[in-house]
Amino acid sequence: MTNNGSPVRELRESAVIRFAGDSGDGMQLTGTQFTVESALAGVDLATFPDFPAEIRAPAGTTFGVSAFQINFGSVDIQTAGDELDVLVAMNPAALTTNLRDLRLGGLILADSSAFTARNLEKANYAANPLEDGSLAPYQLLSLDVTRLTQLAVADSGISSKESLRCRNMWALGLMLWMYDRDRTATHEWLRQKFAKRPDLVRANIAALDAGHAYGETAELGRTMSGFRVRRADLEPGRYRTVTGTDALAWGLLAGLRATGLPRLVFGSYPITPASPLLHTLAKLRNFGVVTFQAEDEIAAVCSAIGASYAGALGVTSSSGPGIALKTEAIGLAISAELPLVVVNSQRGGPSTGLPTKTEQSDLFQAVYGRNGDAPLPVIATATPSDCFEVAIEAVRLATKYMTPVMLLTDGYLANAAEPWRLPDVASLPSFPVARRTAPTGFQPFLRDPETLARVWAVPGTPGLEHRIGGLEKSATSGHISYDAENHQRMTDLRAGKINGIARDIPLQDVALGETTGDLAVVGWGSTWGPINQAVARVRRDGLSVSHIHIRYLHPFPTNLGELLRGFRQILVPEMNTGQLVTILRSTYLVPAEGLDKVTGKPFLISELRAAIRARLEATV
Amino acid sequence: MTTTPLTVKDYASNQEVRWCPGCGDYAILKAVTKTLADLQLPREQTVFVSGIGCASRFPYYVSTYGFHTIHGRAPAIATGIKLANPALDIWVVMGDGDSLSIGGNHTMHVLRRNVDLTLLLFNNEIYGLTKGQASPTSRQGTRSPSTPRGSIDTPIAPGAFALGAGARFFARGVDVQQAQLVDAMTRAHAHRGAALVEIFQNCVVFNDGVFDEFTARPVVDDNQLYVRHGQPLRFGKGGVRGLRVRPGTLTLEVVTPGEDGVTDDDILVHDEKDLTLAQMLVQLKPPVFPVAVGVIYDHPAPTYEAELMAEVERELAHGHDFAALLASGQTWER
Repeated sequence: MTNNGSPVRELRESAVIRFAGDSGDGMQLTGTQFTVESALAGVDLATFPDFPAEIRAPAGTTFGVSAFQINFGSVDIQTAGDELDVLVAMNPAALTTNLRDLRLGGLILADSSAFTARNLEKANYAANPLEDGSLAPYQLLSLDVTRLTQLAVADSGISSKESLRCRNMWALGLMLWMYDRDRTATHEWLRQKFAKRPDLVRANIAALDAGHAYGETAELGRTMSGFRVRRADLEPGRYRTVTGTDALAWGLLAGLRATGLPRLVFGSYPITPASPLLHTLAKLRNFGVVTFQAEDEIAAVCSAIGASYAGALGVTSSSGPGIALKTEAIGLAISAELPLVVVNSQRGGPSTGLPTKTEQSDLFQAVYGRNGDAPLPVIATATPSDCFEVAIEAVRLATKYMTPVMLLTDGYLANAAEPWRLPDVASLPSFPVARRTAPTGFQPFLRDPETLARVWAVPGTPGLEHRIGGLEKSATSGHISYDAENHQRMTDLRAGKINGIARDIPLQDVALGETTGDLAVVGWGSTWGPINQAVARVRRDGLSVSHIHIRYLHPFPTNLGELLRGFRQILVPEMNTGQLVTILRSTYLVPAEGLDKVTGKPFLISELRAAIRARLEATV
Repeated sequence: MTTTPLTVKDYASNQEVRWCPGCGDYAILKAVTKTLADLQLPREQTVFVSGIGCASRFPYYVSTYGFHTIHGRAPAIATGIKLANPALDIWVVMGDGDSLSIGGNHTMHVLRRNVDLTLLLFNNEIYGLTKGQASPTSRQGTRSPSTPRGSIDTPIAPGAFALGAGARFFARGVDVQQAQLVDAMTRAHAHRGAALVEIFQNCVVFNDGVFDEFTARPVVDDNQLYVRHGQPLRFGKGGVRGLRVRPGTLTLEVVTPGEDGVTDDDILVHDEKDLTLAQMLVQLKPPVFPVAVGVIYDHPAPTYEAELMAEVERELAHGHDFAALLASGQTWER
């Protein structure tokens, strides 16, 4: 204690907190509010919401546990964190399913009142872990959060059932105190959220403040003195937190603005974890976005294709199973050469698989998964904020090359958040799209000699009436043609057009490290953060390792093969059983090796670091 | 663009028509181009969209815009075209397998959404392009390569399906009965919303004569009932017979005025806006009843795209500031 009575806060570079409870305990909201307060305090951060597929699983069960993890710090934060410093466990199921991720010596905040015989049994505990000494390797803060919350809200005039729902705010209040965070934004958020229920506003604020006051006043020993995490050294500018879904929606809108087209038609069918993109875009009608909730995945993509045929920007979105249903229609867009953006928020497969868990196992589906020789460009997002740029790029490629573009993101990126420096809207890319209007000499499959893109001739334009379709067509007239040589020529043209995109994208750079060396760690998609951190750490240990992150998965940048050949070894960590590594090996005949993880959770920095070291040590 | 009136020939494309000689599709093509010419529809504003099948080659043979898409999906593609540009005049050409089997879901939803489309269902009760398998409209017992001992499944009734899905317009025509067919398509085109015309189309190769029981010249009068709004539901040579509600029931019966105490006043008068009557008319078939053709139901309701675009216009009026959107919620300065 200092002289004035306030505790001395211990300085920490970064911290990882996970809030875990029943799927009805409000853990996602709690985590999100902690994120907002942390962001406003100026730290860098990354979040990982992890929730079950069931909306309200039976209370107290292990499969009903919903968790929200946040990693924040004064240093560059690129992942949601390997190990937890704090685990907030609202019941025994939350404790048993999350304890393995807590570092030794880490803190457990448990609501002791939820550790009833019944709940302990549901979580397969023979004895109460809060009392049997089994949690000795950790710091245990076992509090009757339920009773403390009920006391705090006693004067609010809400029912006892409603008072139980304020437990999460009490826990949030204590965590905000522990990391020296403000509560103003959360007060304001509660006032807005419960605008029609002033009693709930009072109660939730009372619970939040009581949790905070508990930390302020309780004598909990040195370890409970609270921590301080300084502001991160971020580039100057105006910031907000952004999820991958927000950034993707706004990137599509930025792409629409760049084209100058009047309308974006988004055809979609509900599917986890892609639906939030539909929800976000549905609110943007005032920007010329028309969202269409179709009767099925096939109608969703077909409506987008119809819209593109009629001169709008057609976009469709789904997850793996839905993309599978859209496949035939994507082939039509390839054959008719129409612009289309297809967003795949990947999840665990095969079949229904793991709807709420992340995976990157649809790369083969994206690159190869169609009947016939049906090439299209494939690009992938790396981080929540990267979704903005990648969406713009997808629109650029689709309209410039008159082709469907597959944009791969995943369930983790869709829900995860990070700080984002707001772009200067005036300096965003602009790539106005030309549509054919001149009837003289018009034929529907006339091509730009440079890009090989065909003309975009839109119904409503006088003098350009023509017929197109999915049957093979004569190379320029578009008339049906079964001619053998014409099919060879058209197949070559379609492939040549897509391959030519390689000349119109940036050369492959090295994200971290030299352009030659002992080992290149090659990744794509949301493995960006953990790979980059792991490579940074082994480089500090003096190892000759570089990180190469591939955004353009088809076609690859023109220099990728040469770059890979500059390394003695190539390691490709993927959240699948080896898809990019197979493509790299078959494309470049390089001895790349895979590192697979398909647990539904992102890579940990530590496991990548260990794999890199093992790889280098094995060959010394 | 056009100063002199367009003729039927102006609506024909330069493509060689490749249907089998004698196919009913030729007659339908003729009726469609006649309808287009009658209405002087601007070619640049007109789009024909189709799926896959014999009927779906149709867009290649008219001089408007055309999109030959994939099996069953024409209604979904057409919906997207409408969302992008509601001003376009869109005709959808579908076969029975195309629209009621593989594409049944899209047909159902385009009807209940009431997207402003003119939908032509070429029903020949067989899969033609794949060489003659039984289709969802094939009658029970149809012998085909895929049903060598006769089909066992109950056929779908397109009219009952359409009305059940919430269609606000349903008409029927026969490929070779040109004047009536042109009239049905003209009415369908005038209807704002999804308008479905079922066309009995003879497949000369795989299902020849399947509609003869009500389209063959000797039986037309006795087995076909051409319905007109406000007119009595009469048929037979000189309209000697008619339909009435069987007293004390909710079923129809065939009666002859002047016989058994039946008078002209007992004959039902056709009301296009009467859904219950329409639902009964679409079920009638020989040998007991005639087949109803003409405009069976026409009861407009607000269209999907009109409601959607009204919402878009209202939202657009709120203005849009992209920078403000990106900065919405909590932001902070560094």
